[in-house]
Amino acid sequence: MTKIVTHYNRRSFIKVSAAAGGGMLIGFSWLNGCKSNTPEPEAGVAVPKEWFEINGYIKIGDTGMVTIYSPNPEIGQNVRTSMPMIVAEELDVPWENVLVEQAPLNTGWYQNQFAGGSLSIRLSWNALRMAGATGRRMLMEAAAKEWGLKVSDLTASEGVIKEINGERTITYGEVASKAVGIEVPKEVELKSIKDFKLIGTSVKNVDGEKIVTGKPLFGLDFHRDGMQLAMIQHPPAFGMTVKDFNEAEIKSMPGVKDAFIVDTTVEEPGGFDEKGFKQLIAIVGESTWQLMQAKKALKANWETTGELESSELHVKRLEKALASGEVQESRRDGNPEAAFKKAAKIIERTYSAPFIAHNTLEPMNFFANVTEDSAELIGPTQTPEALEGSVSKLLNLPLEKVTVNMTRIGGGFGRRLYVHFGVEAAAISKKIGGPVKLIYSREDDMTQGTYRPTYRSVYKAGLDENNNLISFSVKGAGLPEGPVFPNRFPAGAVENYLAEKIKAPTNVTTGAWRAPRSNFTAGAEQAFLDEVAEAAGKDPIDFRLELFDRAIKDPVGEKHEYEAERYAGVLKLVKEKANWGTTKPNVHRGVAAYFCHSTYVAEVFDIVMDKGQLIVQKVWCAVDCGIVVNRDAAENMIQGGVIDGVGHSMYSQLTFENGAPNQMNFDKYQLIRHSQAPKEIEVFFVENEIDPTGLGEPGLPPAIGALANALYKATGQRYYNQPFMTEKQVVG
Amino acid sequence: MANFNLKINGKTQQLDVDPTTPILWVLRDHLKLVGTKYGCGISQCGACTIHLGDNAVRSCQLPVSAVGNQDITTIEGLSENGDHPVQKAWLEEDVYQCGYCQAGQIMNASAFLKKNPNPTDEEIEGAMNGNICRCGTYIRIKKAIKTAANTKTV
Repeated sequence: MTKIVTHYNRRSFIKVSAAAGGGMLIGFSWLNGCKSNTPEPEAGVAVPKEWFEINGYIKIGDTGMVTIYSPNPEIGQNVRTSMPMIVAEELDVPWENVLVEQAPLNTGWYQNQFAGGSLSIRLSWNALRMAGATGRRMLMEAAAKEWGLKVSDLTASEGVIKEINGERTITYGEVASKAVGIEVPKEVELKSIKDFKLIGTSVKNVDGEKIVTGKPLFGLDFHRDGMQLAMIQHPPAFGMTVKDFNEAEIKSMPGVKDAFIVDTTVEEPGGFDEKGFKQLIAIVGESTWQLMQAKKALKANWETTGELESSELHVKRLEKALASGEVQESRRDGNPEAAFKKAAKIIERTYSAPFIAHNTLEPMNFFANVTEDSAELIGPTQTPEALEGSVSKLLNLPLEKVTVNMTRIGGGFGRRLYVHFGVEAAAISKKIGGPVKLIYSREDDMTQGTYRPTYRSVYKAGLDENNNLISFSVKGAGLPEGPVFPNRFPAGAVENYLAEKIKAPTNVTTGAWRAPRSNFTAGAEQAFLDEVAEAAGKDPIDFRLELFDRAIKDPVGEKHEYEAERYAGVLKLVKEKANWGTTKPNVHRGVAAYFCHSTYVAEVFDIVMDKGQLIVQKVWCAVDCGIVVNRDAAENMIQGGVIDGVGHSMYSQLTFENGAPNQMNFDKYQLIRHSQAPKEIEVFFVENEIDPTGLGEPGLPPAIGALANALYKATGQRYYNQPFMTEKQVVG
Repeated sequence: MANFNLKINGKTQQLDVDPTTPILWVLRDHLKLVGTKYGCGISQCGACTIHLGDNAVRSCQLPVSAVGNQDITTIEGLSENGDHPVQKAWLEEDVYQCGYCQAGQIMNASAFLKKNPNPTDEEIEGAMNGNICRCGTYIRIKKAIKTAANTKTV
């Protein structure tokens, strides 16, 4: 067992209790007459008459039913199931006795309450284990006190405490009331990883039944009596602001209660504030359809305050940035220029990717109820703490007067890291003096901005006469940021290495999009290395393994983000599982491996071409994310990442004319559909006892490289520009 | 505004709404049946799929005035206890990630299986192509549809 010092003490417990207004945690009720949190016991545990709060994560009922609060936003990455699993493991209760509830934002109890960077499990691993272990210890201490024994005389497992040298047993439910008064231990013992019973198994999604029966779960489903609905209209193009609109006409429309221009500018904006349009037309009313009709009737005067950009201009800016832009960040090992001069072969290729939208299927929305001295916010946010801060600034209210509750979220992908829609809801609520739910239409959502930046990068490699890679360089430009990770592979594996990052301006707003920058660099780098391996006359996996060998035995330079052994490990695993080296008639193979968000993923694609249409027959994935928490859900994440990678690199793009995106809805913006998805994706995890890392993002990036490499094998053409369907050899 | 008597999930509902209002918003805003989701509003994503009689239709572009006395079934009324074979198959395969599109997927799949109880992979893809899953759970959806097809024939 590992001993670990807890950071809980009585003071933080009290602080948290006070912050939540007397009770530990206050949830919110859903629709009238519909109690979403009514316990629905599955395995015969009765509904408790009384609940006892053990700590901020755990509440135990007198029947032994356990409520575990899941701290982080659930965007589909399974944390509402997998985070409580970790608590339940250390608490040691049967999973069927566990109910899960979403915790509200509470910075006193929880750390890192956000969904981003594939960090939920990684950052909370210790805190969740401690929460469970602390609870278990307190229950055992209560039982020991009851029986006049020492804790070391007892064992606890599956919700039952037993006397080691005796017959007595007591359930968690029976002892819970007495555990409440126990001093929080300064030190707790964690289980040995080999003793895990729940972690590493497959547990079904805790919201499954609600999802398949259509229960209210999402922000858009939230309702409170007396609330109004609101929609916004933002300027039709980047570089425009609103001047005025036909206010009187709109206000006279059926179902419209109010219409006005709202300003959502906050002082000293943070990283999650700087997106979107700050002045918006807001229309408030009773029903969504009437608001949509009012939006159609809007006649606004828009003022052009900036350049109205086009896709053509964007390409020119990126080319100019690559040719003469100022390098912001770089890494240099050896003397790349001199090495390129003496190289026997030089390969230089340019890769590009367009702006893309997140397109979460649940459009942006938020509920806000702002009063004179408080603000209550409920809805889908990946960053509740940032939202709390921004609303506090907007309304000039102290932080403790702002509460944020999280609903289940209909897709994140980075989009809901940005808090503007919550801030907009708060601004509208303040103006109308009552509760309101803001709803974006799909068009509002797709044309609002916060896109994945557009990128263009030049990769260059030099091989000596023995086909060894002696020099490598990457120069990446982007609107507005360059897509380069200077200390990632192949840094450390090549004697002479240069990485340069260049930014170029745009007034199109951008943000983190699932696996930021990696969603481009992986595809470009892995397609490039495939071409270099071919020029070197080497098998693409062997070529990469040679490089990892160098990085293991004699790494170049000081800083590397990756562990070369684990990187090589996933490549070797996928090589074995896919039977790399074997061929099937008319089936074309590509491979890629990438490390990002602390997780290693290698993928092999088998594709066939049917009259120019891509069919991905099978994908093998080898993943090293350390300990796997919820196995089947982890596979689901990797499968989804692969499909997302195929979809966006193959079919999706946003193009611009006169400052406005040409695609406003799913009729013109292509997202991958059933018939285009890979037919089979098999996922293999490297088994080890390393602390777990995230899976929300790492499955996506290598899919783009593996697909590009398979497409080359199928068509004889290399794919440099996303989306690949715009290239002549394949049909979208 | 006009009065309508709608048959929804076996119950008659009286409503006074703008006749152009799509059923999606009648369900969500007026009847608080929010299982049917808004995704695009232009029949491109399938999140709003309901049954009109035995047919899967997109409720976002179906005006309330066009329904007449046809039976409407939503995800809330697909089964009494969430035990329709398609719902059970979805649970068994643990299909969802974010879950937002799944009500529409389930409504489309259940209408499809009623017409074609033993579909091939290609038939499933063809029938389900109008339902977008942004999280990419397509493989699991297909598997769940096959699971449901198998349990139905047992």
